[in-house]
Amino acid sequence: MSEAVAHPAAEAPSGATYLPRDATYGSITRDIAAPVFAPAGWRWWTAFLVTLALTLVMIFAILWLFIEGVGIWGVNADVVWGFAITNYVWWIGIGNAGTLISSMLLLTRQRWRASINRFAEAMTLFAAAIAGLFPILHLGRPYLFYWLVPYPNVMTLWPQWRSPLVWDLFAIASYIIFSLLFWYTGLIPDLASLRDRARTRFGQLVFGAFALGWRGSARQWRRFDAFYWAMAAMAVPLVISLHSVVGLDFAAGLMPGWQETIFPPYFVVGAMFSGFAMVVTLAVPIRWGLRLETFITPAHFDAMAKILLMGSIIMGASYATEWFLAWYAGNVAERLVTQFELSGSYAPLYWLMLLFNVALPQLFWWRRTRRSLSAIFAIAILINVGMWLERLLIILNTLSHAYLPARWSDYAPTVWDWALLLGTLGFFTFLFVCFVRLVPAVSMHEVRQLAHAQAELEDDDAVLA
Amino acid sequence: MPSLPDPPRYERGDDVGGPRGLIAEFRGADALLAASHRMRAAGYGRLEAYTPFAVEGLAEALGLRPTRLRPAMFLAGVVGALAGLSMQVWSAVLDYPIDSGGRPLASWAAFVPVTFEMAVLFAAGAGFIVFLVGAGLPRPHHPIFAVPGFERATDDRFFLEIAGTDPKFDPSETRRLLVALGAGAIEEAPG
Repeated sequence: MSEAVAHPAAEAPSGATYLPRDATYGSITRDIAAPVFAPAGWRWWTAFLVTLALTLVMIFAILWLFIEGVGIWGVNADVVWGFAITNYVWWIGIGNAGTLISSMLLLTRQRWRASINRFAEAMTLFAAAIAGLFPILHLGRPYLFYWLVPYPNVMTLWPQWRSPLVWDLFAIASYIIFSLLFWYTGLIPDLASLRDRARTRFGQLVFGAFALGWRGSARQWRRFDAFYWAMAAMAVPLVISLHSVVGLDFAAGLMPGWQETIFPPYFVVGAMFSGFAMVVTLAVPIRWGLRLETFITPAHFDAMAKILLMGSIIMGASYATEWFLAWYAGNVAERLVTQFELSGSYAPLYWLMLLFNVALPQLFWWRRTRRSLSAIFAIAILINVGMWLERLLIILNTLSHAYLPARWSDYAPTVWDWALLLGTLGFFTFLFVCFVRLVPAVSMHEVRQLAHAQAELEDDDAVLA
Repeated sequence: MPSLPDPPRYERGDDVGGPRGLIAEFRGADALLAASHRMRAAGYGRLEAYTPFAVEGLAEALGLRPTRLRPAMFLAGVVGALAGLSMQVWSAVLDYPIDSGGRPLASWAAFVPVTFEMAVLFAAGAGFIVFLVGAGLPRPHHPIFAVPGFERATDDRFFLEIAGTDPKFDPSETRRLLVALGAGAIEEAPG
């Protein structure tokens, strides 16, 4: 740490350590576009088939749910929210992070984001789309979900605007449309690069159609920048509103352990934390599978580890605030829930959650951990698990230990709960496996810009051509 | 090669047209920027550049007008917010009032989330449409694509185009100036 403070320029002078010195514009295009044009190897096919099988598991789990109803899950009359809402909150958290990371790093001019923003945004889209399924799936009558939408109907009914569930619908729908526009806009110049590199008629037609005829003219770039930066500036409050609304789904309920003003910000930070962990989890295999070691370097992982460290500290502070306020407010039910958290039916999971979310990331104080790819990958996966446990325990602890002792009961998931969780994980990976073959997983035009900024330092950008 | 498509117009809001101009290739963003400044200083006004990434300062160097994209987004955001808020107030107060223990019907604080999401959604959607229209997209084919070597404009080359309609334009004089500025290949521009 002390070196970084003493020589801030040594760490990241406008991204000097994030690209090799011998990179040229041409080599950037070639290396990043290569996986799109090269034939898929056995590794890709293996991943494709495995995740396709898991996707079928998801489809089957959903079909059986539609046939039999929510009774196939472990939920009961007391613990009415189980894995479905846990998965919803967890996926939407991951779905928040891509856009948030991408836009915050853009606005703070962290040029190294160029290597990670594309797949972080793709992660957002896929995760948010999966998250959007769960509130519908957990409905008793999923085919009536559209009653949340205000439309002229023969029942002459309106949605209840004061319900967080209606806010949820608006927030998620806006967010998915917004993220799609943001991601696609950033992709247009790269699709034009692919169109111009494609050697088959089919490739030229498909990439050409999606590139919309992009020419890279100064007039186009000016509008591109104006739009893209404005979107980034809007993305930050949008993401915060989205996950705050998710937090309000709980906080606006009157249950002990849920009705807390800390919930919206606590959920937003948790989302950023788990999302960054997911970005790291994805970056490692993408880097290996697509041979992108040149563009996703140890310096990137180092920077992301520092953000994870900061996230874990804020999460720790949030947990401590919850405990303190449960005691300080003096409400018996609140105190009992907190006691139940720390020593009740799910206590081992709670302590595991604290270990994964708060304790383990402290290893990132050491530069050696931040520079070790296997350590950072392992910790990132455990943070994902820890954050999932956190979402689960927020639901279970409160519902298993609410106001009426007569309604204290435990929850146990069934095979269908696990099948749906596993299935959506598989589906998410499946979408990713397809994504890395269809479009460049790293933003080519932004990496060129990064290369230009790097060459600028040496006052000679002709070396790049 | 098939004959070039008919319309000589380039992009909406662009007054380039008429006789053929020149398009010069440069190897770096800085060379292109310097050349743009020099061409402007030499009195050329109808310039366009093509680059593989957004080059900072290029729009200013070419003397492009600022875009009205962001004011349009802001306006659309205001419209979205008003639409969202009025929908909620109208339905909760006038069309379907529910008296719940005398609580106020126009409970504006509860209407904030939907109003905000609608504002962002409208601003983003309008911004995307204004971006496409302003950038002259979608337009799958464009005469400029026929220029030899132009496919590298999305890869590793930088192009500066001088319209044939530019009052200062003179085929041989302009070409000489471009060569002096360090241009590589110089082709005829199709417009």
